[in-house]
Amino acid sequence: MTAPARPRPRLGVFKFASCDGCQLTLLDCEDELLPLADRIEIAHFAEASGDIRPGPYDLALVEGSVSTPEHLERVRRVRAESRHLVTIGACATAGGVQALRNFADVTEFRAVVYAKPEYIETLATSTPISAHVPVDFELRGCPIDRGQLIEVVTAFLAGRRPDIPDHSVCFACKRRGTTCLPVAHGTPCLGPVTHAGCGALCPAYGRGCYGCFGPSGSPNMPAMIPLLRSDGMSDEDILRFLHTFNVDDFAAIEPPGTLGGREESP
Amino acid sequence: MRLRIDDGTVTGAELRIYEPPRFFEAFLRGRRHTEPPDITSRVCGICPVAYQTSACHAIEDVCGVTVDERPAALRRLLYCGEWIESHTLHIYLLHAPDFLGRDSAIDLSRTHRADVERGLRLKQAGNSIMEFLGGRSIHPVNVRVGGFHHAPARADFRPLAERLRRARDDALETVAWVAGFDFPDAECEADLLALSVPGTYAIETGVPTVLPYGAGQARRTFPLADFTTHVVEEQVPYSTALQARLDGRRHLTGALARYAVSGHLLPPAVRDAARAAGLADPASGEVCRNPFRSVVVRAVEVLYAVEEALRLIDAYERPSRPAVDVPPRAGTGHGASEAPRGTLYHRYVLDAEGLVTDARLIPPTSQNQGAIEEDLRRIVQDRLRRGDATDAELTRLCERAIRNHDPCISCSAHFLDLTVERA
Repeated sequence: MTAPARPRPRLGVFKFASCDGCQLTLLDCEDELLPLADRIEIAHFAEASGDIRPGPYDLALVEGSVSTPEHLERVRRVRAESRHLVTIGACATAGGVQALRNFADVTEFRAVVYAKPEYIETLATSTPISAHVPVDFELRGCPIDRGQLIEVVTAFLAGRRPDIPDHSVCFACKRRGTTCLPVAHGTPCLGPVTHAGCGALCPAYGRGCYGCFGPSGSPNMPAMIPLLRSDGMSDEDILRFLHTFNVDDFAAIEPPGTLGGREESP
Repeated sequence: MRLRIDDGTVTGAELRIYEPPRFFEAFLRGRRHTEPPDITSRVCGICPVAYQTSACHAIEDVCGVTVDERPAALRRLLYCGEWIESHTLHIYLLHAPDFLGRDSAIDLSRTHRADVERGLRLKQAGNSIMEFLGGRSIHPVNVRVGGFHHAPARADFRPLAERLRRARDDALETVAWVAGFDFPDAECEADLLALSVPGTYAIETGVPTVLPYGAGQARRTFPLADFTTHVVEEQVPYSTALQARLDGRRHLTGALARYAVSGHLLPPAVRDAARAAGLADPASGEVCRNPFRSVVVRAVEVLYAVEEALRLIDAYERPSRPAVDVPPRAGTGHGASEAPRGTLYHRYVLDAEGLVTDARLIPPTSQNQGAIEEDLRRIVQDRLRRGDATDAELTRLCERAIRNHDPCISCSAHFLDLTVERA
């Protein structure tokens, strides 16, 4: 007599304020998608399937930031229905590019974009999922890296911690054998303080890292800012450089007083 | 989505798009003129190259810069990658399951494994162009105002060309596969808007061209700089997405519009495949207005993008410099390109330092919304003429009608919350 087949682990993919790029990364796993779907039950993935099944979910992948009153309630529901909750991407992990509103007047923002701002329901802030509910793992990147996503999903299904080191882009750049852009050409580069994961893409294409994976494990900001200045950036340029796709995370580690104007909109 | 049915007649169809506002146009102000390509790519993970390209064009327009011929050809090549990737995603993963009565591509793969695998392979071919030329397929890093950060050597294209030659067979088979679907009768009663370029099928640039609905109305063009006087966005109380009208009328952009405006310029082999798939030949003046058949037009565009990518790679010579300098100057600039879902317009105002003082983005989603609502009204009306329908049946029908045009809102369409008011 054979034992009854064990139920497949159930995956849910959820979206908040975002561009859909991180959940698209799952569909971009062309070689792995069908084998993965044999091993897990894709129970909730609205971008890819009209077959939406109720929770509980063994693993929830959450994309996007919390930015509307409705999100506040829904993020708690997703958490309550999920055994493990992993955020995917800069929006869910750091508030995303739309967190630029956190440093500005959202009423004014609303008036710039909409003729009738009173129709628009929004929060004054765009915040990461972890600001509202406990999160089991945060996968960084704008967008996330496909290889890292596969590692995270496989790890959670196997019941182990994902092997995602938190060192900086510089490590990946050295491993790739790319010439150091700041050293060789004086090109401004956020590689020394940015979380690895992209494979050190930008320097390989001849441009400085622009920090889309957010801060690395132990970023040395007091050393980074003078380096950017010596590469020809003004303090305003540096602020903009840091304040883009992971604005909240970089703003949190800026050495106080170095750049001035923290309360200014970036 | 709200439907109002009075005594068997559909009197209202309102599509509420509840994408939370992200305020791009507001926070672009104060950014340097080199930044909008990277920042606006984050509007959409499914068509980042469209945002990067329209942004580059608009800023180069302000600064009075023309990109060299060879980097300009690379832009078109990168865009071909996005068309292949995005259209194939739309066809296989979002749209085909509707025609074959399945919930998803995963579900479809249980009965049509080889077809889904072909789709994934083809999508991967599109992604491989974006990864090779852009660094990655979502939010590519190599694009910059003035051209590219890095231009590859000619020899480095060899593996990509090899993969695209194999993809050509998959693209041809895709056209034949979708041609066999069952297409309900429908006609989109809206003006068609697409960019056009003399002598070639417009992708990354062009002049706005209108093919009006109705007999006796002639094709017309208008300068890109006048885009916002013709295409006017309005806010409707029930949706966070703005709705745009073209000279006060409903209009549609995207595959059907492009094929109607430029289909006669497709290479003969691609036109043959389109004819064999049952599409009217635009060279004879016929226009396909059936929104369900947009899946066939999309497949034809994938085939064209594969052919065009191979042609561009074959003709490629490494440019002497990957980008021209773009010194800032004060002024207003306009840029547009054909995103997979339709015409995407950007306008920026810069000050003398090159800081953005005003930004305006008009995506295809806002332009198509009026035509989609009218489609929904008519499709539901046709269904009711054949007798009563349950809300579940109407929901399914409406989801299909939306996915004919726009997978960008299909994530909302997949859990379309339909309210039917019957009087």
